[in-house]
Amino acid sequence: MDLIDLTLIWVALIGLGIFMYVLMDGFDLGVGILFPFAPDDAARDQMMGSVAPVWDGNETWLILGGAGLLAAFPLIYTVFLPALYLGVFLLLAGLIFRGIAFEFRFKATRNKVWWDRSFFLGSTVAAFAQGAVIGAYVQGFETENFRYVGGALDWLTPFTVMTGVGVVAGYALLGVTWTIMKTEGRTQRWAYELAPWLLAAVMAFFLIVSLWTPLTSERVMARWFDNLSWLWIFPTLTLVVAGWIAWRLQGRAEASPFIGSMMLFGLFYIGILVSMWPYAVPPTYTFWEASSDPGSQLFLLVGFLFLIPIILGYTAWTYWVFRGKVKPGTGYTGH
Amino acid sequence: MDFDPILLSRIQFAFVVSFHAIFPVFTIGLAAYVAVLETLYYKTDNPVYLKLSKFWIKVFAVVFGMGVVSGIVMAFQFGTNWSNFSFAAANFIGPVLSYEVITAFFLEATFLGVLLFGRDKVPRGMHLFAACMVALGTFISSFWILSVNSWMHTPAGIELVDGMVQMTSWTQAIFNASFPYRFAHMAVASFITGGIVVAGVSAYYINHGRNLETSKKALCMCVIMLAVATPLQLFVGHEHGLNSFKHQPVKVAAMEGAWETKAGAPLILFAIPDAANERNRFEVAIPYLASIILTKRPDGVVPGLLEVPADERPPVGIVFWSFRVMVGLGMIFIAMSLLSALQLYRGQLFESRRLLRVWTWLIPAPFVAVLTGWFVTEVGRQPWMIQGLMRLDEAVTPSTTGWMVLATLIGYVAVYAVVFTAGVYYLRKVILAGPDPVAQADDTDTGRPKRPWSAVPTALDDGQQTAGA
Repeated sequence: MDLIDLTLIWVALIGLGIFMYVLMDGFDLGVGILFPFAPDDAARDQMMGSVAPVWDGNETWLILGGAGLLAAFPLIYTVFLPALYLGVFLLLAGLIFRGIAFEFRFKATRNKVWWDRSFFLGSTVAAFAQGAVIGAYVQGFETENFRYVGGALDWLTPFTVMTGVGVVAGYALLGVTWTIMKTEGRTQRWAYELAPWLLAAVMAFFLIVSLWTPLTSERVMARWFDNLSWLWIFPTLTLVVAGWIAWRLQGRAEASPFIGSMMLFGLFYIGILVSMWPYAVPPTYTFWEASSDPGSQLFLLVGFLFLIPIILGYTAWTYWVFRGKVKPGTGYTGH
Repeated sequence: MDFDPILLSRIQFAFVVSFHAIFPVFTIGLAAYVAVLETLYYKTDNPVYLKLSKFWIKVFAVVFGMGVVSGIVMAFQFGTNWSNFSFAAANFIGPVLSYEVITAFFLEATFLGVLLFGRDKVPRGMHLFAACMVALGTFISSFWILSVNSWMHTPAGIELVDGMVQMTSWTQAIFNASFPYRFAHMAVASFITGGIVVAGVSAYYINHGRNLETSKKALCMCVIMLAVATPLQLFVGHEHGLNSFKHQPVKVAAMEGAWETKAGAPLILFAIPDAANERNRFEVAIPYLASIILTKRPDGVVPGLLEVPADERPPVGIVFWSFRVMVGLGMIFIAMSLLSALQLYRGQLFESRRLLRVWTWLIPAPFVAVLTGWFVTEVGRQPWMIQGLMRLDEAVTPSTTGWMVLATLIGYVAVYAVVFTAGVYYLRKVILAGPDPVAQADDTDTGRPKRPWSAVPTALDDGQQTAGA
């Protein structure tokens, strides 16, 4: 096992899995966050219809993230979940309420407005909780002998509230650019008007987090202001991509704002990993200390390398089967 | 105020897992039934199979949806409430649970969309393939999860190094001693559950003179299957019990209500176990029968609960009574299945109105049988998390406090109450509406939906929207 660093491979694989989740569930949570602001009920039907074919497959990536962490980095699983106990409950309750809202909204008549609210609140709470998890990761955990020993609400600080709200804004940006890509007419025009504001909000949060993070941690400060000057390529690229999105929105491009927003998330993601590397459970344990046995990592790796391409293949196939724009007046209104 | 986090964590886990368990046990059986119907339709072109399949796919979609949302919770329960267990056992349970996700969950979630909404978008053979993949996915999923569960009852293929599970053999750990029995018992239970629900609903339609052609076909299929499956389950369950007798004798002692070790132990039919005084009250028993069942000899020795110290005994009453409820219901299922098969053979099944009515009443019964069966095996393992290796108090999350567990327990109860009420209400509407050939064309044509429940065109709170469909 000395020839290949299994832990490093698993950092890449789990990283990819979580990133897949963030991108894929991000835009459908974003659509939920935008729900109350949509111009009318027809637009809401259209928006929900656009994410309907994909959202439950997307959430399977979250389960893979949970199970994969338990398999490859059990320490992350067994410190994060107890530390974020109440936040995890909020996340799950949010996902459940938005899930059933999805299913019931089109069947309801008298109670439709309640399912609208449930969809909005569930999506927003779930997005906020995910942002708070990222904030808590940056903030670090109080541990002793591989166990979490902090309090129940240690994760809830001004910093994590800020990262939580930041992710809500970020998912909303993914949702609005997705809506641009998948709709036409009135709904699309509304999305074009909203998108620049959300882009501005996301960049504002990016700026605040970028300034706040080094101030909360000397290690992060050292990482960015010591001699690794090439790291500054990531924030520079972030600004370039944001500018590109703004320019493409101006030109009424349909797909590139969404692609650009995904790239923004990719850059944020790399930025966080670079800041925290090599800590899995900061400030104490590295990814190598958080690893499971090499034998266990290898046993699962075989399955991953064989099955993940197959999963990506049939997932892509269903996206293709249900491709195209959602036209106004279609979708579920007929039900 | 002080609450016991261990007790509350146990209640919380029992609640969320019991709530979750009722959905997959039904969908495993129903997915197989749908795959059979789709295959028959593909081969014979008989529209009765198509109508039946379309109707049961709608029911499947609702139940599967509830299973998915409650299943996401399960993936995180191990970490939030039982982090010491997860940490110690991660080398085994982590990869095995991950294999469940990559071999089963993605397969189900992805092909379900094609099954529900792709009938007119993909070739017929591809649609049949999707139906088979969904059924296969549910089975693969139960394979992995039951392997982990069985390993907690009969751990193998590992050694403990400084309290951490280290693998010595993956095959021994995955195919541990109780796994084949538990898997077979659960698989047959899924078929029986699916069969009784389909039979009960079909019997309801026949008694009300509705959907006669499809319902008679469905009822025949179920009765024949149940006439084989229910006696088979008695045999499989018995073998599973013998396996527990060998590996977990204390659990079997609790099931039998046996306090003292006896040669020639009686089979206790009724008793009120009294743990404080270590004896039974109001006992009604058949002499020697427990020894005959468990050891095949009338003077065979059946170890009693007193063999182990009081703090290593499970709560006897729950195990003892859950076992009797499960077995009692199983006997009713056997009697009903054989009687119905006989009536079918005599050509009088559809005229036996009382028999049909009992099938409809029995719809909730298999769920009760499955849950009580799980109570027997899980409560019977107490106080062990991993039998003989790790106790519950060592497994619980050290940082949780009673009020945290209580708050989330109340939260889950509230959330699930909403999900369950809405789901059952909706399911009832779908079933009362029945297979409707006119509405059928609609849900396959609308195009994109892949959400499970949107396959069902019934309006939720009143009939207004169905009229427009």
